[in-house]
Amino acid sequence: MAKKEQPRANLLQGTLDMLVLRTLLYGPAHGHEIGKHIQRTTNDFLQMQHGSLYPALHRLEERGWVTAKWEKGPNQNREFKYYRLTEKGRKQLLVEESQWKQMAEAVARVMWPAAEES
Amino acid sequence: MKWWQIRKRDEDLQRELQSDLELEAEEQRERGLSPEEARRAALRAFGNPTLIREQTHASWSTSWLESFAQDLRYGIRGMFRNPGSTIFAILIVGLGIGGASTVFSVVNALLLRPLPFHDPRQLVWIGNGDCCTAQIEQYVDLRNQNKSFSDLAGWAGDYSAGNEELTGSGESQRITAVAVTGNFFPLLGVNPIIGRSFTAAEAEGIYRAPTALLISNSFWRHHFASDPGIVGRKITLNNQPVTVIGILPASFDFSSIFDPGTPVDVFIPWPLIDQKKPSGNTTKIIGRLKPGVTVQNATAELTTLAQQLNTQHPERNPVHPRLVPLEQYVSGQVRPALIVLMCAVGVVMLIVCANLSHLQLARMSARQKEMAVRAALGASRMRLLRQVLTESITLSLCGAALGLILAIAGTRELAHLTAFNLPLLASIHVDTGTLAFTLSMAVAAGVLFGLAPALQVPAYRLREGLQDAGRESSGGSRHNWFRNSLVISEFALACILLVGAALLIQSFLHVLDVDLGFQPERAATLRIDPSFKMANLQQQNSFLDDALGRVRAIPGVTAAGVADVLPLDGDRSWQITGKGQVYDKNNHPEAYIRVVTDGYFAALGIQLKSGREFTQSDRATTEPVVMVNETFARTLWPGQNAVGQIVTQDGGRRVIGVVADVHHGGPELSGGLEMYIPMRQSNDYPSMRLIVRTALTPDSLAAGIRTALRPIDPNLPVTELQTLQQFVDRQVSPRRFLVMLLTGFAAFALLLASLGIYALISYSVSQRTKEIGIRMALGASASLVQRSVLTRTLQLALAGVVLGTLGSFALSRWMTSLLFGTTPTNPAVFTGVSLLLCAVALIAAYVPARRAARIEPLHALRTE
Repeated sequence: MAKKEQPRANLLQGTLDMLVLRTLLYGPAHGHEIGKHIQRTTNDFLQMQHGSLYPALHRLEERGWVTAKWEKGPNQNREFKYYRLTEKGRKQLLVEESQWKQMAEAVARVMWPAAEES
Repeated sequence: MKWWQIRKRDEDLQRELQSDLELEAEEQRERGLSPEEARRAALRAFGNPTLIREQTHASWSTSWLESFAQDLRYGIRGMFRNPGSTIFAILIVGLGIGGASTVFSVVNALLLRPLPFHDPRQLVWIGNGDCCTAQIEQYVDLRNQNKSFSDLAGWAGDYSAGNEELTGSGESQRITAVAVTGNFFPLLGVNPIIGRSFTAAEAEGIYRAPTALLISNSFWRHHFASDPGIVGRKITLNNQPVTVIGILPASFDFSSIFDPGTPVDVFIPWPLIDQKKPSGNTTKIIGRLKPGVTVQNATAELTTLAQQLNTQHPERNPVHPRLVPLEQYVSGQVRPALIVLMCAVGVVMLIVCANLSHLQLARMSARQKEMAVRAALGASRMRLLRQVLTESITLSLCGAALGLILAIAGTRELAHLTAFNLPLLASIHVDTGTLAFTLSMAVAAGVLFGLAPALQVPAYRLREGLQDAGRESSGGSRHNWFRNSLVISEFALACILLVGAALLIQSFLHVLDVDLGFQPERAATLRIDPSFKMANLQQQNSFLDDALGRVRAIPGVTAAGVADVLPLDGDRSWQITGKGQVYDKNNHPEAYIRVVTDGYFAALGIQLKSGREFTQSDRATTEPVVMVNETFARTLWPGQNAVGQIVTQDGGRRVIGVVADVHHGGPELSGGLEMYIPMRQSNDYPSMRLIVRTALTPDSLAAGIRTALRPIDPNLPVTELQTLQQFVDRQVSPRRFLVMLLTGFAAFALLLASLGIYALISYSVSQRTKEIGIRMALGASASLVQRSVLTRTLQLALAGVVLGTLGSFALSRWMTSLLFGTTPTNPAVFTGVSLLLCAVALIAAYVPARRAARIEPLHALRTE
């Protein structure tokens, strides 16, 4: 089986949680939608590993950042497990976002010092 | 999420994965793939659903529990696979923990649990000099004048079993009463469960004619069938009606705290003013310290106060208060023994662990391949370690369950040993403290004996482990070194226990060997206090003549006498002075007083040293006489003949005879001064006890004595005939208790050590089959092989014995206070124990050594 030659990145530890929370900011979604959304938005740069997505969703649920409920899909008669952002989750997203920003800036300062000066 | 929701949650997850997988497949179909292809593509994009499920499980906080349950199931399956070694392991852990928990229950009851009184830490026992009782007047003054105590209370120390007669429904019977001061129960904070305590008026009545009494809970249950209506009713005590005013709580067990071995039935007042009480030092005192006052402060104050009182009242017996916190007083004597026992169970548990460690090690090397496979499949080291530990802890918990059953049985047995002279024995039971102890013991043991095998896990390198487990490859010398040190430490620990047990057995035999000064064998005693009041000494004299005459006529009775108290049973002391002697007030000789009749010395087997014994003609009307013991004679008239001397008691009594010293406080205590007053010349005695010496067994006499005495007193109460041997047995019972337990532990340790060395030698012989085969092929004889195995065994045993001996020496000072007539470094004991251990090791190694000698070289080499 030929491997895709497309560049792919492994998610940094903890980043997935933030991406999931951010995705849910648009409204409730089920696991498949969340995965697809992240993949599409990054132009398949971030290939969703289901082996990390589901543990992440369950972890978020356990921490009370999202709630989950079986609901009917929009145009089908099937039920999906929809995840919804909680108030606590919203706050957590802000925290993680600012942490990520600090991190990215710090990394940028080390990597491109000239750009910083100009 | 709770662990019991795991199943529901797992179903939920499966459903979620399934629906998302279907969605993915649909999308693929929309791209134009066939349904079958779409499904496969979806699976490819998705990954392995089972793996995703497991990875998600790991994110649940309960995953450790899941793996624990797995380990547990696996461990239990493993236990069933090896039923023999499992049963063995559970059995020895059970025995070890059973012993440990039983001893802990005793320690808990005696040393750890507070006494069943209000604020027991404030209670203080106040002895007098070397002894225990003080004169009541001294008690009253100490109580009124001290500033350290919120109150003092006391009770009559000279009561003895069956000192009162209870008549009423059915035959009259003898019960045991203690006279206590009116404030005794309030001071302890003990409230009757029904009724009330003594009023001031009731407390100050006439001694032996009380108007009110309190009954103990057990007497209420057994004699009055727990009838609450008994309170307020009158019962007949010593032919006088007395009102039952209250029932004491079951938690209050006077005898188990203050006088182990003599259960008390009722409590009567001990009046302070009434002068008809027995005279001399009679009162035992306890006090409750005021808040903030220390025992040291109180001691200082009472000592000063006592000195003042002794100067102010030269007519009284001097008092020298000796303060001991009550808890210490109650358990102080047994504390060293309990500490030794606690150490012993600790040592036993260590041996159990060493043994099981060895067993688990053997099981682990059998499972080496399994472990290697699991490691190859990705099990982390932590995971394997946890599994091995789960297995060993499961094993030890099963053992603990057995141990708990043993402990419950053991404590129940102990609590019913009423003949044992140990405090608080009846309150020993398995409580939550013991349960917690048992549980932590089991877990600790499981970790301890599981740890060594568990740490071997990483030693199984993959390739080695997966190869068809060569016998030689299981760890080599490092393993052997560890196994050897396990066996050596087992022997060392067993050696320490055996030395301790042997020293205590030796002491016990010495104690039994002590010449008590009287012969308890074939002597028995019975209360014969007449049920009527003696009008005068003449009537008493003829009662005694009559009673003794009739008893002596019973076939089989070789001697009979009457006394007020018996050796090993009660005490009362007076200050005594020889005529014309002057003593320093604070250094005055005191003698124990016995009021006895003729025949007493013959009945007890006390030897006459000089002069003559009392006879029937030493009566109320003849010259006042007295007999003394050798210590008395030596103390008052050193270097002179005591016979013919006068003591100042009762206006002057002539010493007519000197008898041998009696160990009346117990075999381990020397007796002190003793003075015997002829009963026919005294009315100052608390009871009449008949003592008979018989050629028959004492038990067969009781009926005969009762029949013989019925004509002179038809209402003579029914009491048990007690043998003097029972008194002695009760006295040595704490020591017997210690010896029994420690010997049991030592025997168990010896058994374990021999099993340990047997297992080790068998294992090493089977390991060395090839080597031995080669040796024999090269010409080694069977006896040489056998000898080499035995020599190796002996080396291990000796290493253990040497270490154990050093350990025993180091620990010997802890034993000193428990020994009697031997030293903690007694060479005979050490030699004996060393020889025993070596012999046991050789016997244990004999079977594997024979097996080694029978190895067929060809066969051994071919199978390898």
